[in-house]
Amino acid sequence: MRITASVGDCRVAFTQTLLELAREDASIYALASDSRGSVTLGNFTKELPGQFVEIGIAEQNEIGVAAGLAAMGKKPFVCAPASFLSARSLEQIKVDVAYSRQNVKIVGVSGGISYGALGYTHHSTHDLAVMRAIAGIEVYLPCDAAQTRAMTRSLASRAGGAYVRMGRGMVPDIYQKEAPFEPGKSNLLRNGGDLTIIAAGEMVYHAMEAAKRLGEDNISACVLDMHTIKPLDEAAILKAAARTGRLVTMEEHSRYGGLGGAAAEVICGAQPVPLLILALPDEDIIPGKSAEVFAYYGLDGAGASQRIAAWMNQ
Amino acid sequence: MNTTELVRKSHEIRMALLRMIHRGKAGHTGGALSCTDILTVLYYRVLRVRPKEPGWMERDRFLLSKGHCVEGLYCILADLGFFNRAELDSFGAFGSKFIGHPTNKTPGIEMNSGALGHGLSVGVGMALSAKRDGNPARVFVVMGDGELAEGSVWEAAMAGANYNLDNLYAVIDRNGLQISGSTEQVMALESLEDKWAAFGWEVFRCDGNDIAALCDAFDRMQSSKEKPKVLIANTIKGKGVSFMENVAAWHHGVPDDNQLAQALAELESQREAFACA
Ligand SMILES: [Mg+2]
Repeated sequence: MRITASVGDCRVAFTQTLLELAREDASIYALASDSRGSVTLGNFTKELPGQFVEIGIAEQNEIGVAAGLAAMGKKPFVCAPASFLSARSLEQIKVDVAYSRQNVKIVGVSGGISYGALGYTHHSTHDLAVMRAIAGIEVYLPCDAAQTRAMTRSLASRAGGAYVRMGRGMVPDIYQKEAPFEPGKSNLLRNGGDLTIIAAGEMVYHAMEAAKRLGEDNISACVLDMHTIKPLDEAAILKAAARTGRLVTMEEHSRYGGLGGAAAEVICGAQPVPLLILALPDEDIIPGKSAEVFAYYGLDGAGASQRIAAWMNQ
Repeated sequence: MNTTELVRKSHEIRMALLRMIHRGKAGHTGGALSCTDILTVLYYRVLRVRPKEPGWMERDRFLLSKGHCVEGLYCILADLGFFNRAELDSFGAFGSKFIGHPTNKTPGIEMNSGALGHGLSVGVGMALSAKRDGNPARVFVVMGDGELAEGSVWEAAMAGANYNLDNLYAVIDRNGLQISGSTEQVMALESLEDKWAAFGWEVFRCDGNDIAALCDAFDRMQSSKEKPKVLIANTIKGKGVSFMENVAAWHHGVPDDNQLAQALAELESQREAFACA
């Protein structure tokens, strides 16, 4: 699949799509915790004030209120920074959404390290680990604007609890206008025979860049866009392990409990192959813009391809 | 139900829940007894619910935020016919859906609870939804007093007032005790009335173990409009059983055979004394 040169903002793709859907479906609600600006919900609040709920800076209450709305038949989308939703309101997510089986979609924006120099308070590098361990919560990471649109439509059409993490600002387009999206079904973006790089979210772009560079060194890499962290596309991972014999995961997350850990859980018993986990270290993340941080930790195309090549040649 | 019938019912529920806790060998006895009268007045007089149609959209929503006191609620829902009373025999047994905290696998229970400080937020969402839809449903949330130390309660209190949820009713089972002792020693709550009033709620107070006083308080609450309402119901933990009353150790104490027999005898004689009066 060709990577286009254009860029888009996942947040804007999400809120525009949500607004389009909410115009047609009055049960779709958006909730914010003084986060309407950072989520880009401005147009939604102006056009559909009756389907918007401001909660103020109170993320625990935000999830509880959303669960109450859902119990009355609404389809609430809780929109706030991923860092706060995935930590401050975790018990409400566990009890009021997951355990109580309520149809609440939790949309964490400015996720991962995308808040950069604002520091670890604003990073969410633990969210995939905690969310996927909660029974009844699906976990999604869109990689670009087109996929975010498709994902948002899919989420609105299905009941159940889900956590979606996206970043902030522009990201390169991976897909054309229409992104194929089926929950739990990864997308094969590039074929190769020597290894498979499994990536999610913004790392998909860097995985594609790494694969391109590896190709120049005659290492041919498959790239899988694992947009759904849970339910994980285990079949695709096992197939990739069997076919290419080596797996690499790339994620904007702690190296503990995220995509790499999830892939390891799948292959270790059924199809054990060498697995290289490219992720963030277990430490405060160095301040900087996403591109700078990824480069520093060897998570951009250049750094990842070097680490992968070194690992292949060990 | 009139007051006399409600009093008799509350004795019945107390006896039923004690038998259930004894049989299941687990339960939050003290708190279950303190809020029995509140639950009785709510379910047999105030709440608009349909046991044969638990999904009725216009039903009043009830949330037991102090989920650990679920035993009385189970007994009431069974008595009202939400499910077969015999099902409660499995309380505490392996694989039973009747566990120590409410889950919405049980007909008549809206939400799973047990972690404290969640109910009022959920209630705000329900009440807001009803209000925006023109649904006449009202929302009642029963909280413990120890639970009020959870910050999320006050986040929800702020939101309830912010959205003028006059269809939202909070009830505080003010038994003055929590697992470690007196609420005022563990984490002082008073002046509770001032706190709720300052948060924009209309505050009511009554003896929460006096059926007539509870009926009167709920009547007054329901005729008041514009603000969310809170009832601080002063209760006695372990109410109705002499050796359990005001004893923090009965928070989750389970009666043995002799204690059960004594408790049932006390409740029986109270019921008879009331019937004769
Ligand atoms: Mg108490």
